[in-house]
Amino acid sequence: MKRISIDPITRLEGHGKIDIFLNEEGDVANCYLQIPELRGFEKFCVGRPAEDMPNLTNRICGVCPEAHHMAATKALDKVWSVDPPSAAKKLREMFYSIFFATDHTTHFYALGGPDFVVGPDAPPAQRNVLGVIAKVGMDVGGKVLKMRRDGHALIKLLGGRAVHPNWGLPGGVSRGITEEQRKEIEARGREAIEFAKFSLQVFEDIVLKNSAYVDLITGGVYTHETYNMGMVDENNKVNFYDGKLRVVGPDGKELVKYDPKDYREHVAERVEPWSYLKFPYLKAVGWKGFVDGKDSGVYKCTPLSRLNASDGMATPLAQEQYEKMYATLGGKPVHHTLATHWARLVELLYATERWVELATDEEITSPKFRTIPTETPREGIGCVEAPRGTLTHHYVTDERGILTNVNLIVGTTNNNAPICMSVKKAAQGLIKKGQVSEGLLNMVEMAFRAYDPCFGCATHSLPGQMPLEVNLRRPDGEVIEKLSQYLD
Amino acid sequence: MSNENFEPKIVGFMCNWCSYRAADLAGSARIKYPPNVRIIRVMCSGRMDPAFVTKALSLGADGVMLAGCHPGECHYIDQNYKAMRRYHLLKHMLAALGVEDERVRLFWRSAAEGEQLAEAITEFVADIKKLGPLHWPDNWEESDERLEALEAIVKEHEEVMEVNS
Amino acid sequence: MSEGKAKGKLAVYWAASCGGCDISTLGIDTKILDVAEHFDIVMWPCAADGKVHDIEKMADGEIDVCLFNGGIRTSEQEYMAQLLRKKSKVLVAFGSCASEGCIPGLGNLNDKASCFKTVYHDSPSLDNPNGVEPQPVTEVPEGKLHLPVYYDTLKTLGQTVKVDYMLPGCPPESDRIWDAIVAILENKLPEPGSVIGSNTTVCDECPRKREEKKIKKFYRTWEIEVDPDRCLLEQGLLCAGIATRAGCGALCPQVNSPCIGCYGPNNGVEDHGMQLLSAVASVIDSEDPDEIDAIIKEGIPDPVGSFYRFSLAQSNLRRKNKAGV
Ligand code: SF4
Ligand code: SF4
Ligand code: SF4
Ligand code: FES
Repeated sequence: MKRISIDPITRLEGHGKIDIFLNEEGDVANCYLQIPELRGFEKFCVGRPAEDMPNLTNRICGVCPEAHHMAATKALDKVWSVDPPSAAKKLREMFYSIFFATDHTTHFYALGGPDFVVGPDAPPAQRNVLGVIAKVGMDVGGKVLKMRRDGHALIKLLGGRAVHPNWGLPGGVSRGITEEQRKEIEARGREAIEFAKFSLQVFEDIVLKNSAYVDLITGGVYTHETYNMGMVDENNKVNFYDGKLRVVGPDGKELVKYDPKDYREHVAERVEPWSYLKFPYLKAVGWKGFVDGKDSGVYKCTPLSRLNASDGMATPLAQEQYEKMYATLGGKPVHHTLATHWARLVELLYATERWVELATDEEITSPKFRTIPTETPREGIGCVEAPRGTLTHHYVTDERGILTNVNLIVGTTNNNAPICMSVKKAAQGLIKKGQVSEGLLNMVEMAFRAYDPCFGCATHSLPGQMPLEVNLRRPDGEVIEKLSQYLD
Repeated sequence: MSNENFEPKIVGFMCNWCSYRAADLAGSARIKYPPNVRIIRVMCSGRMDPAFVTKALSLGADGVMLAGCHPGECHYIDQNYKAMRRYHLLKHMLAALGVEDERVRLFWRSAAEGEQLAEAITEFVADIKKLGPLHWPDNWEESDERLEALEAIVKEHEEVMEVNS
Repeated sequence: MSEGKAKGKLAVYWAASCGGCDISTLGIDTKILDVAEHFDIVMWPCAADGKVHDIEKMADGEIDVCLFNGGIRTSEQEYMAQLLRKKSKVLVAFGSCASEGCIPGLGNLNDKASCFKTVYHDSPSLDNPNGVEPQPVTEVPEGKLHLPVYYDTLKTLGQTVKVDYMLPGCPPESDRIWDAIVAILENKLPEPGSVIGSNTTVCDECPRKREEKKIKKFYRTWEIEVDPDRCLLEQGLLCAGIATRAGCGALCPQVNSPCIGCYGPNNGVEDHGMQLLSAVASVIDSEDPDEIDAIIKEGIPDPVGSFYRFSLAQSNLRRKNKAGV
């Protein structure tokens, strides 16, 4: 008997292992996504001064340290009951928009997008950024690199470091910007908007003009009707930095809109013995297992979910693209997992527009970038949208601001159950009577990758470790066959 | 373990110019003190790196004793003030780790104070006996589960290798 | 490596890592093509292909250089460390996690049981009425599922297997990574066992004005407005730059934030935290034991976290007892 596994799957920001069990007939019986690690930040941060959290939690994830840095910093505002000056909020949101634009670029061109741009049937060795270059032209490689380089340079300029910035303080940030720096940020931002538009054009030319791809996106294999969550501003427009959390049902109707500080009333986490990562669900609906539909509390938190949960984008160009996406895919909400790549590009455009809006805000160079806290520290909840889902940091401290309790629900964790379900559904649609071909396993991977899962984040250990392994197990569970798309 | 039969392992860092001589003096004057302290001579308390202390504890010492010249009498002028500041910071840190206050202590004893040094040692050893062992090295060991798990991985991977080749 | 010579083999791996080391490596940008010109990248989970089984099939020492980031906290990670050690001629502990345990190493203040208790039993958003905990083996209706065993203690790569070089930083700055790669390519590596990096402190790279370091009171970062030009430590902020290896260009102090020590200790220093503790102790402006105590207790509420933020795993400090503090 043989053992089947894909290992490791590349281009995943994190590690995970998928086990697919076949029944007697050789059809998919069940599917498990296992996260093999835990870091325990919730435990060892206790006893540390709360103001260390933006720096400590950075190290949860080197792909999105900015998200943890921001969620932590916002939680500190609450812990010390201090309202940062408006220039500080704008600086933080500008920093965050730059980060979002950079991260979404990486994902689209290097991680998930190649599945589309190069084509789902292309050999895995070509489904990477080099494959994209081959398909779209040399030019694109330079553009992507420039976008990433500029993004990281600006993050460093603002936050001190390109990876793991050291900038956020309760009540503001440690340093503001000069007019000269502002000009630089604005100039790069204007180029970034053009880059985002270009990326949407690439998507249109290569994906939307190919009916086979459109069929793939809208096909049932990758469709899951779950609840969707996302952060919105006072006009119910998508916001990454601040706002309320809005949850809409599979029918697109609002279930609830709540202040992130009330997260415990709305979300609870399950534990399964076969994964170190917990499974959040909506308390109002209840946990019914790994199933979709309106009676199951499973929800998604992805770029597509954020668009589904909102009434639109707060910037003009992104709003146009938002409308176009829904018009093309048959109205809101869209449940096709693969449309997440499109939604990600709409968000990319929004992030770049917001970046320039803030870089041209007259207050942005204000020297008032801090309010010194005066209140006694106590408890605070900070929440931002990370590229991979809503990120919540919850701290309790003693009267000196030493942490006594820490709870973290990170982006990818929100999608733990849906990812598992999507992979199972893809597997069910593609594995029949024990027949498994390489192409089919590609598709399983694609379902997975649309979420841009970051298990580093989720396990509070990132990309790492035995990336992704897919095992196909027989009913006896003992022995398995190895099938790898990478085998000759 | 009952603390009565427990013979603590103690390391004593003593300044060459004072406490080490005091220890000598105590020895030649046949002043009795328990043999648990292994004395290490250092040129000055200012040379006692706090890392010596944690190293000793991690290697199995149950207590560490530091001794130098009285404040103001250091052979190298004010080095023992430095030692004092470090000592306080080190103690603050060890307390945060849950190490009892008695386990690491600094004494000022001049070369003439053989008897006082012997008293300090006697008292120190008695205190550590009361506390019992520190167990720092043991707290670093991993359970047997670790080796079993490693073996399991090796075995699993070997099976896969056989299938593939 | 000279022209015409056969390409070397390079592996990059991540264990209990945040991925920041890889992101920083990608920050060398187009120079990555130079790397690809000289090396076949046989494994790099975040960016290229490469399978564990292929590594297992290699001859011992077949990989020329392995850059290994992340610490060791599970059986899986320990296995990979042993495997890559065996297959590599030169093994580099890449970044703070692999070299000294980094921030995840603070987990060594507690053990597995207390960590599980917090995460799976006491978390405020939990729904776990049956007290389920992750298990190494789980019987599900369809068969058995395995998880790697989670250890009590996070160890550095060097505490797990023999390491040839260390590259400091969390993460190492891209330019320093490139310097190290050049040293590898040009065969200009230092003595085995050493750190690839500079041998001065962050203070030496810091543009801030220094006068006299004498402190009557330490401040927390949120407590005071910072003078943008003066040394932060002289302003009472606990800046680790004074005992931390140079290499980053004093990035944090340049945005008014104290260095938190991510580049680890300088050459010849075994214990970063104690070096930092000694340096900080010497700036306290008092000779009175009670006053010294007051200054310390008031201003440094978390000495372990402040001095051993990055190097607890590598240090001599141990848990109070097996059950954690
Ligand atoms: S050293 Fe820092 S950047 Fe590198 S893996 Fe560890 S936490 Fe991440
Ligand atoms: S102590 Fe910090 S702020 Fe002062 S010179 Fe050194 S690195 Fe710069
Ligand atoms: S200043 Fe310190 S903490 Fe900041 S990057 Fe440099 S070494 Fe790391
Ligand atoms: S010489 Fe004895 S303490 Fe300095």
